[in-house]
Formats: sequence, C-alpha cells, structure tokens
Amino acid sequence: MTHPVLRLENIVKTFPGVRALDGVSFSVLPGEVHALMGENGAGKSTLMKVLGGIYQPDSGNILMGEDKAVMSGPLDAKSKGIVFIHQELSLAEELSVAENIYLGELPRKSLGRVDWAKLSEQTNAILEKLNVGFDAKTRVGDLSIANQQMVEIARALTVNAKAVIFDEPTASLTDAEKVVLFDVISDLKNEGVGIIYISHRMEEIFKITDRITVLRDGQYQGTVNTAETDEEAVTQLMIGRKLDLTRNASHHELGDVALEVRGLSCGKLYQDVSFELRRGEVLGFYGLVGAGRTEIAETLFGLRDPSAGQILLDGEEVRIHSPADAIAKGISLVPEDRKGQGLVLEMNCRDNMTLPQVDDLKAGPFVAEGAEVAIFDQYRDQLDIRTPGWKQKAGNLSGGNQQKIVIGKWLSMHPNVLIVDEPTRGIDVGSKSEIHKLLRKLAAQGYAVIVISSEMPEVLHVSDRIIAMYSGRIMRTFTSDEVNEDNLIQAISGLGSNEAA
Amino acid sequence: MAALSKAQIGPILAKQGILIAFAVFMIAFTIASPKFLSVDNVFSVVRSSAILGVMALGVTFVVISGNLDLSVGSMMSFSTIVVLDLHDKIGPFLAIPAMFAMTLALGAIIGFLVGYLRLNSLIVTLGMLSAIHGLTLTYSGGQNMDIADKEGTWFSVFGQGTALGIPVPILIFAALAAFLGLVLGKTAFGRKIYAVGGNDTAATFSGVRRARTVFNCYLISAACVATAGLIQASRSLGSQNTVGQGLELEVLAAVILGGASLLGGSGTIFKTVIGVLILGFIQNGLLLLGLQFYVQFVVTWVIIILAVWLDIAAKRGKLWSPIA
Repeated sequence: MTHPVLRLENIVKTFPGVRALDGVSFSVLPGEVHALMGENGAGKSTLMKVLGGIYQPDSGNILMGEDKAVMSGPLDAKSKGIVFIHQELSLAEELSVAENIYLGELPRKSLGRVDWAKLSEQTNAILEKLNVGFDAKTRVGDLSIANQQMVEIARALTVNAKAVIFDEPTASLTDAEKVVLFDVISDLKNEGVGIIYISHRMEEIFKITDRITVLRDGQYQGTVNTAETDEEAVTQLMIGRKLDLTRNASHHELGDVALEVRGLSCGKLYQDVSFELRRGEVLGFYGLVGAGRTEIAETLFGLRDPSAGQILLDGEEVRIHSPADAIAKGISLVPEDRKGQGLVLEMNCRDNMTLPQVDDLKAGPFVAEGAEVAIFDQYRDQLDIRTPGWKQKAGNLSGGNQQKIVIGKWLSMHPNVLIVDEPTRGIDVGSKSEIHKLLRKLAAQGYAVIVISSEMPEVLHVSDRIIAMYSGRIMRTFTSDEVNEDNLIQAISGLGSNEAA
Repeated sequence: MAALSKAQIGPILAKQGILIAFAVFMIAFTIASPKFLSVDNVFSVVRSSAILGVMALGVTFVVISGNLDLSVGSMMSFSTIVVLDLHDKIGPFLAIPAMFAMTLALGAIIGFLVGYLRLNSLIVTLGMLSAIHGLTLTYSGGQNMDIADKEGTWFSVFGQGTALGIPVPILIFAALAAFLGLVLGKTAFGRKIYAVGGNDTAATFSGVRRARTVFNCYLISAACVATAGLIQASRSLGSQNTVGQGLELEVLAAVILGGASLLGGSGTIFKTVIGVLILGFIQNGLLLLGLQFYVQFVVTWVIIILAVWLDIAAKRGKLWSPIA
C-alpha cells in the first residue's frame, strides 16, 4: 500500500459560536484526484485554510508523508509542497507571464539584475509542458481567464508540489478550456502528485476524480470510491436527505404581459431583441458568455442606454435611466457578481437586505430599524438563511447564504419584474435546488421572472420558455414542450434557425 | 469582576481599542502632570479642539463615503477671511449667511467633480487646497483681515462667549456632533453613505444614487468648514490668510485615529469625536510635560501611527500579518 502524500487527522477548528471543523480526517494518495465536497458552509474552505497555514487548527494533526507538519503560514505551506490554485486568481495583470510565475524568486545575475534570458527559458519549459498557446513574455492582463489559470498552475509547477488543491477551477472556463485543464490535471496525476479537487459540479467530479470525501456542517461524512457511487448517493451524503430533481412544470394560468421588449439594440452588444414576459412566467435566457444576455438585463435595469427599441411595462413605454429608476418602476435585478455587485460585504445582513428601500422605511426622520429587522426575519425564515443574526457582516456568510440575502433584498421589494442573473453561480447543490424551487414558487405567486444562466440543466429546470441567444441575437424562443438539450445547444451555437423577429 | 479568558479579550480589544488607548493616554498624562485632568485644563483642551473637531465631523462623512477632503484647511481660511471682511461691509447678520453660501458653493464644486464626474478625490481636493488658497489671497489682496470695532460687535459670541458656564465653541461642537451623529447613524442618507463607501457598485445596483450621496457629503463637509471658520473668526476677530493651513492633515489624523477606514465604509461620528479629543489631549499633555512645541509635531504623528497599528493589530488578532 502506498503512503498518502498528505493526511489530516481529527482536525478541529472553532470560531466564536461555530464549530467549523469537528474532527475531520482526510488523506490524499500520490497520483490520486480526490474530490472534497460539501455544501457551502460545510467546512471545505476552512479545512483548506488550515492546510494552507492561514488558520491553525485547535487540535488534530497534518502529516506529510510520515512526518507531522505544522503550517505556519501560506509561504511555509508552499515550501512544504502544498500548492493552491484558487477560484479567484491572484495575478499581477501588468506583469509578464514569466514574472508572475517566478514572482519573488526571479533568477538573478550579478548586482541583483534580473536574468531575463534564464527567466524566459525556465518559463517556456514549463509552458511547453502545459501545452499552452502563449509564451513567457505575454502580459498576463491580455490572457483569457482560462489561460490566466494556466499561469497559476505553471506557478504551482515551479515548486516541487506534493499536493495541489484546485478550488472550483472550472467556474469560468468554457468546455474546450476545461478539456485542457483536465489534461493538465491528469499529467500531474501521472507524476505522482496528490490532487484535491473542490467543485460543485457533479459531471466533473465523476469524470476526473478517484475518490470523494464529503463534509457536512463541519463533520466528516465519509469517503467513497468514485467508481462505486453515483450522484444521488453523494448528494444525499452532502445534504443528509434526498434531492428532488424532477422538473416543477407550471400548470397555473399565466397573467398579463408585465414586460414587453421591442426591437431593443445596444450598439454591438446585442441587436433587435424582442420578447414578452407574462406574470406567473419564468423566462430563461440561455447562451454562451458574450451572447448579450447580461447586457440585456443591464439595459432593463437602467445600467446601459439602448441604442434603439422600446421597453414597455404593463403596456406603457418607459425609459429607464438608472437602477434607482428601474427599481421605482418595479424592476429588480439579482446581479451576476454577488460580491462585486450584489452586496456591501462590510455591511451587516439586515442593512444589505433593506438597502433599496431604506428611503421608504421611515420612523420620523430616521430609518425604522424595527421594520428592517422584521423584513430581515421574514426573509431569513422564508429563504432559510443561516446566519447567527442580522448583525453579522454579509462578507462572513457562505456563498449560498449570501445569494439568499441578495434574493431576499429584491423579493422584499415585491418587484413586477424580477431578473435573476446566474442565480446559483458558485452555490452548492442543496441551496441550488432550494433556489430553483423558490424561483418556481415565485412564478406561481404571480411574479414575472427572467432567469439568465450558463447552466443548461438550470434553465431547462426552471423555465417556462427559453430564449436562446447567439452573438447578440435571439436565435429561437422555445416553449418547455419543444426544448431539449440538442436543439438548445444548436441554437446557442448559431446553428439553429434564426427566428424572424 | 469575572476573569476574562484570552479568547474574550481579543474581540473586546478589537471593538474598543481606540477607547482603551484613550483611557491609557489619559491615565498616563494624569500621573505625569497633576494639572492635566483639572476642569480648567479639560475645558481649554476641548475648546481649542472645537474648530478642528467641527471640521473632522464633516470630513468623517467624506471619508466614510470612500473619498478624501484635503481642501478643508484652506477652505477654513477662506471662510474666516470672508466673514471678517463682510462683517464690516454688510454687518454680521448678512455676513454669516453670505459666507456660508460661498463656502457651500466651493463644497458643491468639489462634490460635482468627485461625485458626478467621478474624478479622484485626492487630486480634486489637493487642487482645491491650492486653488482656494489663491482665491483667499486674491480676495484679501494678501492683507490680514481685521474687524474695525472689536469691542462693539456681538459677533464674538461664537468664539468667546459662554452659555451655562460652558464655552460656546464647545456647545457648537457638541450640538453639531449630536446632530450629525444622528444623520450618519440613523437616517437613510447615512446608511447610503456607508453603502457607497463599502461598495459603490453594489450600492448603485441597489438603487443608491452614488453621485448625489457623494455630493451631499462634500456639502456637509463645507458646512462644517464654514462653521469652523465662523468660530475661528469670532474668536480672534482678525485673521491671517493662512489660519487654516495644515489643518487638513490634523483633521484627517483625528478621523483616522477615531478608526474610520480610508477605504471607506466604516467609522462613526462618536469615534471621530474620540479621535479629536485624543489628538487634543495628546498635544496638551505634551505641552504640560514641557516638550517644545516643535517636538509635538513628531510625537503626535508617532502616536497616531502607533494607535492605527494597534487598532489594525487588534482586529487581526496579531501584531503583524502577511495578509489583510
């Protein structure tokens, strides 16, 4: 039997009021891809921070090979051969690929001058191994996200990595880019490196991993061989119950047209977009990144001025010049980038939730804080937001709970049109299905909902109709009866018939 | 008193760090100089801090909104000179509102540039520092400004008067602090300032009008500067063109000492008042200890840096950390 490259034994880590890790054990064999799964808040991030030396465990051991190891900090962890490929990239955009890879360890000549020739040579050797289409001198800011990730991986390869941790590496990659990434992972594997793979995406987990370890509420739930299990079993381990994946088709009557868009264009971003949205309906927008979906949402929310076309709310033409304007007219947007656009992370949960209506919640000249707490409590219960209380900073919550705060913020506005851009990006399976159910429930309650998503199962699951976009144009509008994975893919690749407007 | 465990001390330090530092300063100075905590001395410190304090209240709004205001010092000189000049020309009744209107106009210019045109506040207010200084000199022709009849004007009440035994500048400072504390802490406008300073994109996505919010912060700052100029003019009844020079940094120091983040999104009026008092008591304490006036500049800044460092260290839980 081979020795694990890395073993964690009975790790316990507590924070005031929370037992984040409760005796977690976990080991990675050389040449193994080991998936670490769990809902947001299950303890994955905390465990990885313990491994990376950012947190010190209250008790428990980390073993590298047969020796006990103490990670005193991120640099120490790296020097011991533990390398992280983060979800959020940390590269200096203005520097070259080579400089980024060897940042802090640039090869030197006499008088401290950088040995550029040697630097390029070393870098290109690594890049060749990764089989990428750029070279050492390329400016990192000019690379795509996928290639920037390759730079991070290249950086990992410069140290003698024993264990490499991938944290949601495919979050912003296209399918073709994923193939390249998986090749690289498989190469690392063949070299005997142990790999920890953190992802919410089941297809990937089953495609590339050897074993799966599941955490729930900071507790170890078990480790299974990937070949001997299936999605349902893993999901059940993660959420402690069975998941309902059947489609909640709507059979309720649709109401009036809440929103109509006629021939809307915005420069080169999208052209001649027309559609109707009825109360009680979920309209899905599906397409590749750059197809113009988010830009349409931004136009409806007053963030972009259209170059042509009309927007009608309840049959009356409106012009929307700012988000404040859109909100006043009953349009709400749950934005794509939760942390950047959705939340003020330093602000507490309650204040985040009531921000759009803070002008209306008045007690004399002041904000009616009691009414705010009541709103927070209502949506905390309705959406099952897990937080110690409203005073908690939004930044301290897990991704799923953060998203629920943003959704609660807009539900509390009782919008006429609710636009949700990437409702479940970076959110675990359990919360995902809750959010899907919620979207269906909102439609049943008579809300007019637009869902923009890059995940096909998601749009198929929640939408009554689906608009397929390709390169700024609507290719086809599907009803839920006619749509299937094949014709949807064709439409968003520009292969389907172009629907006459 | 129940013994505190080590785990409990950390969060308390983090939350109340600045208050604890204040208490330590006060105790240390009191031991070193018995005069330090006498009623007379405390009054004199608070009164001499009032002008700085009133300005710091306004700058707190600007800093929380995620911007800077380096123009307050030269704007205060402007207000002082203008109100003194107009006092003899149109009488104090009209001079005061006229001076406020002119100062607010300057604040509106900054607010427009930083809020609506989204220019960098450091550049804009640094430029205004210099531009307003030039404006003041042009206005006064480079001459000192004096009120002709210093004995016969009721105008001196703002700087020299007392009510209920308390100096008027202290009353103005206290009343303004209470009022602005409520505005910032309890109103929708205040909430929006924190949102804009914390994450202006998310605030915009929540329907907050960022430009208007920032604009209003600069108006409040200008109103505070005008009030400070009024106190200054009333106290001395005559002034040089450079009376407010360098105050912008002291004001900023007080605000930061109070714990407002230069990145925006955090800070309170109460904390700024504490910051102002700490700064005032430090300078006074050093004077009582017999240190030369010039040495004060150095020591004050060393103490500020120390306080800020301890504050951050308490939040991190350690004295030094490679990450924020």
